[in-house]
Amino acid sequence: MSIVDAAGAHRAAEEAAGERVARHWPEGHGLRGWITTVDHKRIGRRYMVTAGVFFTLAGIEALVMRTQLALPEGRVVSPGVYDQLFSLHGTVMIFFFATPMLFGFGNFLLPLMVGTRDMAFPRFNAFGYWVFAAAGLFMFASLLFGVAPNAGWFAYVPLSGERYNPDLNLDVYSLGLLFLGISTTGSGINFIATALKLRAPGMTLSRVPVFVWALVVTSFMVVFALPPLNLANAMLFLDRRFGTKFFVPSGGGDALLWQHLFWLFGHPDVYIIVLPALGIVSAIVPTFSRRPIAAYPVIVLATVATGIISFGVWVHHMFAVGLPQLAMTFFSAASIVITIPAGIQIFSWLGTMLLGRVVLAVPMMWALGFVFVFVLGGVTGVMFAIVPFDQQTTDSYFVVAHFHYVLFGGAVFPIIGGVFYWWPKFTGRRTNVRAGLWSFWLVFAGFNLTFFPMHIAGLLGMPRRVYTFSPGLGWDPWNLLSTVGAYLLAVGLLVTLVTLLHSLRRGAQAPPDPWGGETLEWATSSPPRPHDFAVIPTVYSLHPLWDQLSLDSFGEESRSRLHVLDEGHDVLRTTELDAEPQRSLEMPEDTPIPFVAAFGLLIAFTSLLLGGYFAAIAGAAVFGLALMWWLWPRERPGGSGDGGPAKGGGEGSGEEGGRAGGEREGASA
Amino acid sequence: MLLASCGGDSPSTLAPAGAGARRVAGLWWLLFGISVAVAVVVGVLIIWVLARRTGAEVRARTGSGRAFVVTMGVALPAIVLAFVYAVGLRDLRDLADPRDPRALLVEVVGHRWWWEVRYPASGFVTANEIHVPTGSTVHLRLTTADVNHSFWVPRLAVKTDLVAGRVNEMWLRAERDGVYRGQCAEYCGLQHGHMAFHVVAQPAAEFASWLAGQARPAATPPGGEAARGLRVLQSASCASCHTVRGTRADGKVGPDLTHVGSRRFLAAGAIPNTPGYLGGWISNSQTIKPGNAMPPQPLTPDQLRSLIAYLGTLR
Repeated sequence: MSIVDAAGAHRAAEEAAGERVARHWPEGHGLRGWITTVDHKRIGRRYMVTAGVFFTLAGIEALVMRTQLALPEGRVVSPGVYDQLFSLHGTVMIFFFATPMLFGFGNFLLPLMVGTRDMAFPRFNAFGYWVFAAAGLFMFASLLFGVAPNAGWFAYVPLSGERYNPDLNLDVYSLGLLFLGISTTGSGINFIATALKLRAPGMTLSRVPVFVWALVVTSFMVVFALPPLNLANAMLFLDRRFGTKFFVPSGGGDALLWQHLFWLFGHPDVYIIVLPALGIVSAIVPTFSRRPIAAYPVIVLATVATGIISFGVWVHHMFAVGLPQLAMTFFSAASIVITIPAGIQIFSWLGTMLLGRVVLAVPMMWALGFVFVFVLGGVTGVMFAIVPFDQQTTDSYFVVAHFHYVLFGGAVFPIIGGVFYWWPKFTGRRTNVRAGLWSFWLVFAGFNLTFFPMHIAGLLGMPRRVYTFSPGLGWDPWNLLSTVGAYLLAVGLLVTLVTLLHSLRRGAQAPPDPWGGETLEWATSSPPRPHDFAVIPTVYSLHPLWDQLSLDSFGEESRSRLHVLDEGHDVLRTTELDAEPQRSLEMPEDTPIPFVAAFGLLIAFTSLLLGGYFAAIAGAAVFGLALMWWLWPRERPGGSGDGGPAKGGGEGSGEEGGRAGGEREGASA
Repeated sequence: MLLASCGGDSPSTLAPAGAGARRVAGLWWLLFGISVAVAVVVGVLIIWVLARRTGAEVRARTGSGRAFVVTMGVALPAIVLAFVYAVGLRDLRDLADPRDPRALLVEVVGHRWWWEVRYPASGFVTANEIHVPTGSTVHLRLTTADVNHSFWVPRLAVKTDLVAGRVNEMWLRAERDGVYRGQCAEYCGLQHGHMAFHVVAQPAAEFASWLAGQARPAATPPGGEAARGLRVLQSASCASCHTVRGTRADGKVGPDLTHVGSRRFLAAGAIPNTPGYLGGWISNSQTIKPGNAMPPQPLTPDQLRSLIAYLGTLR
């Protein structure tokens, strides 16, 4: 029996073991199912939809700002409102859109790409989503009360301090980001554990898809970069509420300390956003070039190198604050060096296309558009590494242009491309090609028309974050062009949204593998069943769905207990480096605990904000009790029969698994 | 006259009129050239990929492509970047503070949302307009009275932040006479967008006479409208926030008004200094610059007219 493609692999596995496995992966329904689910696909989709809503809201804020700046001395909004709009726009796009959106992709795709059935910590995953949603609500609700953050997304002290900002605006900022940080950090840990412990047998580190690498590097960066941000926000909150004066020079504090802490997080965060997006491109390009990615080891090294070097460049945000020249030369050098791994990725995609046979499907259009705009954002990035040029143009509209090319070009283009690419997998539907092309060209044109003129406005001396400007300074035409572009961009994004919604209602049913992809997610149904894979395949190459051995394993491994895992709600644990099978792991099932825990935190943070410290303690107590309930040792219903706790039962079957895996490894070698 | 000729000019970094800005403009054109080259290379590669696609049967090649990636993504960029870095270092060194002890020292204090300008050697204080002798190096000592600001005159020099609790220094040298617009470049709250100033570069002799004029206290008006205006100034709330040297007005909250009539703009560049705008500003500055510290002044039309007349004499 020979399996010819991903759909065949999926069919063979489902026929052999689908029903046996599906019994143990029930899907919750109704409101209860909605709240209690721990399914990584539902959580992933939920992340993406919620992040999409935040993107829309923050985009509308941007549209209001562009309307205000269309003409000099505009009076569309008051300066106070404008300040909240741009602060919330940046904060939301960075923290509540980009990372959660990409983590939504990761949630949905990472387990599928590595060939397992869920994230390593499914309840923690659900908890992460609820915390993210609650923190987003916390942040956005502030706008309704007129106390949205208003000191910019990097909230420099002393402006963000109690003295110059006595209302709740900056408390919302510091608490909101602390709250969200719990979710982001948890997701990072979850991705790392999943990618290291749950890969399908045979998926050695040299066979891990670039997207997964990118997500893992990003996750490590999250784990190391968020502590300085959390520290800074905790200190800011203490300064504001309890007068600790960490950042108040007259009280022995230091205003620059905030900047160092913030950017020690802030610059890695640029790559935390961009790396997974580049990972999406690394998934799209090989599929539509009909060949594996060029120079795989080099692009993986580049991804890892980016993650490391990104921690050594933060001072380039501070070249104008009066630091010693010697210090600046070091950070200038590091900032230049970090462009090399980015260049490697660009030429790896170009090389893949040059050596391949390019198919111009809609996702590929987005990837190509991305390459072009990302290069434009990259070259201006090099400029900011050069100290004198940075000192001249930093905090001008040139910077606004630069980082929108990097973040909109480098993250939103791949995200939309990725949505079109994996839409069949997410929803089971296909999208209209003509509408997809319209959406691409409108967004591409609108994007460039919005942000390219900002380079020029910046070179002409226009500072960023001004709520209006005087006529006759040479800035008028460029601002008007930007505003026209912003409306065109909005139309493009609306077309994108309508295309997707139309597909959801009217789209044709998608087969498992509509594009002929190389990675394992395409060997599941569209959308995947709750158990993802009826049979865990053995992976023999970087592109398992393009090699016969891996395809065949979907059928052959159905005879192996460890690859079918039909005795419970189980996944397969493998070794970190070589993905040798170890044992089965029983995964937790649907539970309301994460929801309750996140709700407790929401009460705690809201009470802290409003100064109700006893209520905050009560909220924290709810959280603590939920944690106890969560971690309480439990009997496993209908388990292995030895009556021990779940973990013990798992150990028992694990011993067998280890031996069995060892045997098979020997046979396949 | 200067206002008419230069006030409307764009504060463009690409029209440098100072030593620092000129060097950076040169750097920009170098970086721009390299950027265009990079964009062209990538653009051509993309177009080539797409053009080839429609050609004859093309088969995907299975080679790893490593040589291509390493050459284009590592070797070539490393050479270009090393060169760019070296040029950047050279410019950084050349733009270092010359620390000339004979240079004129000007102290600039950032306030929300205006600029206090002090000439310590001459012992006077002014606001929002910095005069410098053309062709001479001028040292600036930058501090802030409240939040962070950034001192940026794009045509003259790179920007330097005013950071709370710190003293920063920078220098500039105007190469040509003119009025150069500057603006706060670090977000500082509601009226960050209206925190401009002007640097007036003038020949040494003209500058010396300006310096001497500014150091003198305000002349007492002989009588008439202006004298009535002085009485309004001293009796209304003006004097509690503003100083006019030579009168009883010695407030320290707002800008020094001793020679306000000689300035080109009011309210940190927000409006031109004409009697009409001045009257509007005094009556209710909140309509022009919402959130600024000056409350609306409940003056009678007569009082207002006298006050405008008096302030106009403060040259």
